[in-house]
Order: sequence, then structure tokens, then C-alpha cells
Amino acid sequence: MISKLVLAFGLAASAPAFAASAGVPLDAANINLRDTESLQRGAQTFVNYCLSCHGAAVMRYNRLQDIGLTEDQIKNNLMFASDKVGNTMKVAMAAQDGKQWFGATPPDLSLIARSRGADWLYSYLRGFYRDESRPTGWNNRVFDKVGMPHVLWELQGEQVAVYEKVKNHSTGKEEEVLTGLKLESPGLLTTKNAKGELDNKEYDDRVRDLVNYMVFMSEPVKVKNEQIGYLVLLFLLFVLIPISYLLKKEYWKDVH
Amino acid sequence: MSKLLQTGQQVLNWVDERFPLTSTWKAHVSEYYAPKNFNFWYFFGSLAMLVLVIQIVTGIFLTMNYKPDGNLIPGTNISVAFASVEYIMRDVAGGSIIRYMHSTGASMFFVVVYLHMFRGLIYGSYKKPRELVWIFGMLIFLCLMAEAFLGYLLPWGQMSFWGAAVIVNLFASIPVIGPDLSEFIRGDFVVSDATLNRFFALHVIAVPLVLLGLVVAHLVALHEVGSNNPDGVEIKKNKDPKTGIPLDGIPFHPYYTVKDILGVAVFLAVFSAIVFSVAGFSAEMGGFFLEHPNFDPADPLKTPPHIAPVWYFTPYYAILRAIPSFLGTQVWGVLGMGAAVMIIAALPWLDRSPIKSIRYRSTTFKVALVLFLIAFIGLGILGALPSTNLRTVIAQILSVIYFGFFLGMPFYTKNEKPSAPVPERVTFSTARQKLMFFVYVAIAIGGAYAFAKLV
Repeated sequence: MISKLVLAFGLAASAPAFAASAGVPLDAANINLRDTESLQRGAQTFVNYCLSCHGAAVMRYNRLQDIGLTEDQIKNNLMFASDKVGNTMKVAMAAQDGKQWFGATPPDLSLIARSRGADWLYSYLRGFYRDESRPTGWNNRVFDKVGMPHVLWELQGEQVAVYEKVKNHSTGKEEEVLTGLKLESPGLLTTKNAKGELDNKEYDDRVRDLVNYMVFMSEPVKVKNEQIGYLVLLFLLFVLIPISYLLKKEYWKDVH
Repeated sequence: MSKLLQTGQQVLNWVDERFPLTSTWKAHVSEYYAPKNFNFWYFFGSLAMLVLVIQIVTGIFLTMNYKPDGNLIPGTNISVAFASVEYIMRDVAGGSIIRYMHSTGASMFFVVVYLHMFRGLIYGSYKKPRELVWIFGMLIFLCLMAEAFLGYLLPWGQMSFWGAAVIVNLFASIPVIGPDLSEFIRGDFVVSDATLNRFFALHVIAVPLVLLGLVVAHLVALHEVGSNNPDGVEIKKNKDPKTGIPLDGIPFHPYYTVKDILGVAVFLAVFSAIVFSVAGFSAEMGGFFLEHPNFDPADPLKTPPHIAPVWYFTPYYAILRAIPSFLGTQVWGVLGMGAAVMIIAALPWLDRSPIKSIRYRSTTFKVALVLFLIAFIGLGILGALPSTNLRTVIAQILSVIYFGFFLGMPFYTKNEKPSAPVPERVTFSTARQKLMFFVYVAIAIGGAYAFAKLV
């Protein structure tokens, strides 16, 4: 038991090492939970690309009505793995198989946006690059040595890592450090800008929609609760607080 | 008198002949005389009661849908318990509001209780004759910590699981009986479904029962001796010779009931902003009220890179980490952490000065109090961060200050000279005192923010 304690504290103490790998600057996702079109596009990407390996075991299909879809639209366009619209987004793949194929069971994505954050997901889904040393041929800038292959590679194209030689201040040696990613071959969503350079803005937008959807899925009540919350605050600030203040003043006027 | 009032009076008489209803109401509410000069700091007792009620009521509704079951749902890697919390969040009518009220209530309970305890500290409310009020209060605080710790396991997320694993393992460091003791607490060799079930039982019935009993004892003891006040003057020393009512006292009802309603309304505005995630607040409060890794389902095979307790435990956690192991055992850190909490209960006997209120205490005590506050907040910030060499050294210095405040108290309060004469009768806060209050709060918040950025 002592050794477990030591282990737990040791891991807590080794957190700076984690912080260093997590120190990759994240790009701002700039999502908008009130943009239902973006959420619908995101839902489409989600069921098409993510749901084959990942589940969303606490997310019901009919909850997509919250983002402006009808039950029929959901049934006809978004349900591949299930037949009842009240079902949750279960994954067809068995957890054990996933573990065998990818080295780890693909995590359930219901709440991933609440544990990782939108910016992380946005950066992660745009951070895959070719790495022949990995079993899948892919690595990720935000999540080093991740077991997941680049599922959206057709859309994004292939990125390669750009390394730079940087002097390590503590050891004094030169080290190769990954400083960025470069798009090597274009994907389906890659366009060319006026100067003829490859531009992945469309892919970024597709990922933004997907992340927007995943944030919605992690807390579907958020927008509704905010609306209730403003009413509650208005009541408190403009009714209950003034009335109770006046009541207190009235009662206390004879206390000196 | 109308017929209705007459009937009402008859019913009341009937009850009063059999049960002390009117006399209890009088003794504790309508004829309980409280000093008339209560300030901002005196809101937090009634607010703690409010939060207690919120926790109990929301807790009852949560148990209607929560399932303390750590087993995985077939084909997924999430447990029944974890999924049941999300069921409450998504499928139960009003469930997300009830759940956020409970999770926000847990943190706000500690906010109001820490402020309530700080009030006692600055106005000497623990001193004679209120020692038992303080002791009951400390027992409530211990129950509250137990309640928070037990409840935090229930969502069965990563931080639930690993936080409980670390804390239960603390008991394992006790020589000889430790390993068996921690196994006895868990009911298993590791934190498991058995642990979840017993923690659920303790969280929803055992500890709340004790807590409620202690709250009653806390109030009965308080009403026996009477409330202290910002001047530390005993209002019972100056009674009206005819009526026997303290000259500086006013009946709790209606004066403090209407004043506390105002406090409640303001508190609810902050509370609601958090619960509903509006006006710049959020139910997660930046990961301090609901930790981000706790949205990952518990995985006994995957240790999170950084296990941090929820913010209200961080000062003690920092002390635990600051104390090195020696003589081949780590028990010292655990003892230090326990002592850090328990020593607060000894305040009535550590403080040897008869002066109660900070308004009249010596500069020495004021300096000691400021140092203590810096140590407590500093440790709280350090306990939430991953440790580094520098942070450990700072935590060690602050731990020494923390204990120095208490252990040195008998010496630096022994022959304390008042900084100003203690008045005979209570006084109301002056405009300067009110202004300085905001200045001090601003310095404390600004200092804490700067410290958190720098370390």
C-alpha cells in the first residue's frame, strides 16, 4: 500500500513532465453553441467519422432535436448504428476489439469536450502528421504517440512535421524540436488561394463544426440553462434584492 | 379578535400545553437578543444553514436517479454510476439544475464556512464563554470535510477515483495497522465498487445525520451564551434593569431575519450565476468546483498525470506534501495534515489574551493574523498546483508560519496590550472601517492572484 502511495505522489510530482508535453500552444476553436447549422454539420461529421470506433454512450439521438433537427431527419440521415431514435450513440465495435486494434479502447466521447476542452480538440484534430515509426503511420502534435490514426486524412491531406535544431539550455546540446506542421499533399477540403498556396481553411471549419458539436454533446443543457439563468438573475437583482433591502431598511430604521 | 385568529390561538395553546413550541420560538428566535452591530461577516452563519438545506434537498432528488454502481456498462468503458450522473444531467427533468446546485453547493459550503470561521478568528468568537460553540463548529467542519470527500467519489470520474485512492492510502502510512486500516476503509484491495457503495451510504445518511445533530448543538450552545459581535463586547453585561433585556441587543426576529433575507438574496445571485453558468461564472468555475479530468470515467489502470484535490482541501494537501518522510515512514505528512485541521479547535486555549476583537488587539496579533492568512491562502494555491522544488520550499515555509501562528499564540498573546481601549458598549462600523474592509479584500485577492501567477 505504501508503494502505491509513493506511486501516486510520484506521479503527482512528475506532472511537470506532462505539462511540458501539454505545453504545445493550442489554437482557439472559436466555437458558437448557438450556431445550429454548424452544430448540424458537426453532428454529421461525428456520426460519419467518429462513431465507428468511439461511442457516445450517454448521448441520445433524439437529443439532436435541440440543434434544430426533426426526428425524421435524424432517423434518415444520422442513424447508422441504431434503429430507435431514443437510443444512445453506442458504438458497434466491441471495447475489447478496440483495445486489440489500437492499443487502447477508444474513449467514449460523450464528455470528452468537458475533460479536454474545445481548443484541445480543435488543435488535436488538426495536429496529425505522418510518422512512419508509429504502427498507424500517424502521430499527433498535441497528443504524442496517440493510438488513433488520422481518420479525417482524406479531408485534410497529409501533414509532415517540421523540425528545428534548438539548443537545450540545461544540457547544452542541440536537440531536434518539432516546431510546426506542413501540409505536404492536399486533401479533399484543401483549396488554393490567390497566390497558389495550399489553404486548409475549409478543413479547419469542418473541424470547428465537429468540435462545436462535441461541446454541445458534452453538455446539451448549456444554452437552455443560460437562458433560465438570466431570468433567475434578473428576478434576484431587480426584484428580490431590492425588496429585501427595502424591507431590512424599514425594520431597522429604529435601531441606532 | 376574528374567529380564525381565535381558533388559531386555541390550537397554539393546545400545542403549548403539550410541547414547548411558543417558548422555543421565543428563546431561539423572537426573544433571542443579538447584538445590534453585526456587520458583513455575520451573514455566513445563516448562509451556511441555507447551503445545508440546499444540499439536503438537492441530495434527496439526486439519490432518486443516481446509482452507486461501479460496474461497466457492457460494451463501453463507462460505469453505471458515471452514466447515471449524466442521466440526471440530460434526461431527468430539471436534473442538470439540481446536480449543479449540489456540486456548486459543495464548494459554496466551504466558501461560507471558511468566511464564518475567519469571522470567529478576527472577533475572538471562540473565547470564553463560547469555547463549546467553537468546538461544535470544528466538529461540523470535520463532518463537512468527510461529507465532501465521500461525495466526491460518487460521480466515479478519474479524479473521484484517484483522489479517493490517494486519500485512503494516507491511512496506510500509519505504522503497524495502516495497511489493514486502509483496506478496511475501502472494503477491497483497491478503490472499487465496494468502496463506492459504502461511501454512498456514508455520504447520504451517516455523516448528514451527525452533521444535523452537531448543527443543533452548535446553535443551542450559541443561544445559551449569546452571540459575540465585532467589538467583542458582552452585551449581557449591560442589561436594562427593568426588563432584563441587553441594552445593545435586538430580537433576532424580525431584525436579523429580515437582514439575513437580504444576505440570502445576494448570496443566491452569486450562487445562481454559478449554477446556470451566466455573467462570466460557470458551474465548473474554471475546474475548481468541477475538475475537468473528472469528466473522464474512472479508469483504475490509468493514473491521471496530476491528482489535485478540490480547492477546499488544497491548504492541507500542500502541508501534507511539504512535510518530508523521515525515519523510514511517510506518516509525518499525514500527521501534519491532521494536526493542521485539529489545531484550529485548540484556539480557545491557545489564545491567552482577554481582548476579543481585532479592532482592539495589539499590532503583534494583527501581524500574526496577516501572516497566517498569507500562509493559508498561499498553501491553498500551492496545493492545487503540481509540486516543483521551489513550490515545495515555499510550502514548507508557509507550513511553518501556519503552525507558528497557533503554537506561538500562547506566547505572543500572553501580555497583550490593546491597541485602543475596548469600549463598554457596542459601536457601529465607521465609514473608515467600511472603506478599509474593501481595501483589505482587494489586497488579499490581488496578492493571492499575484502569488498564483508567480509560483
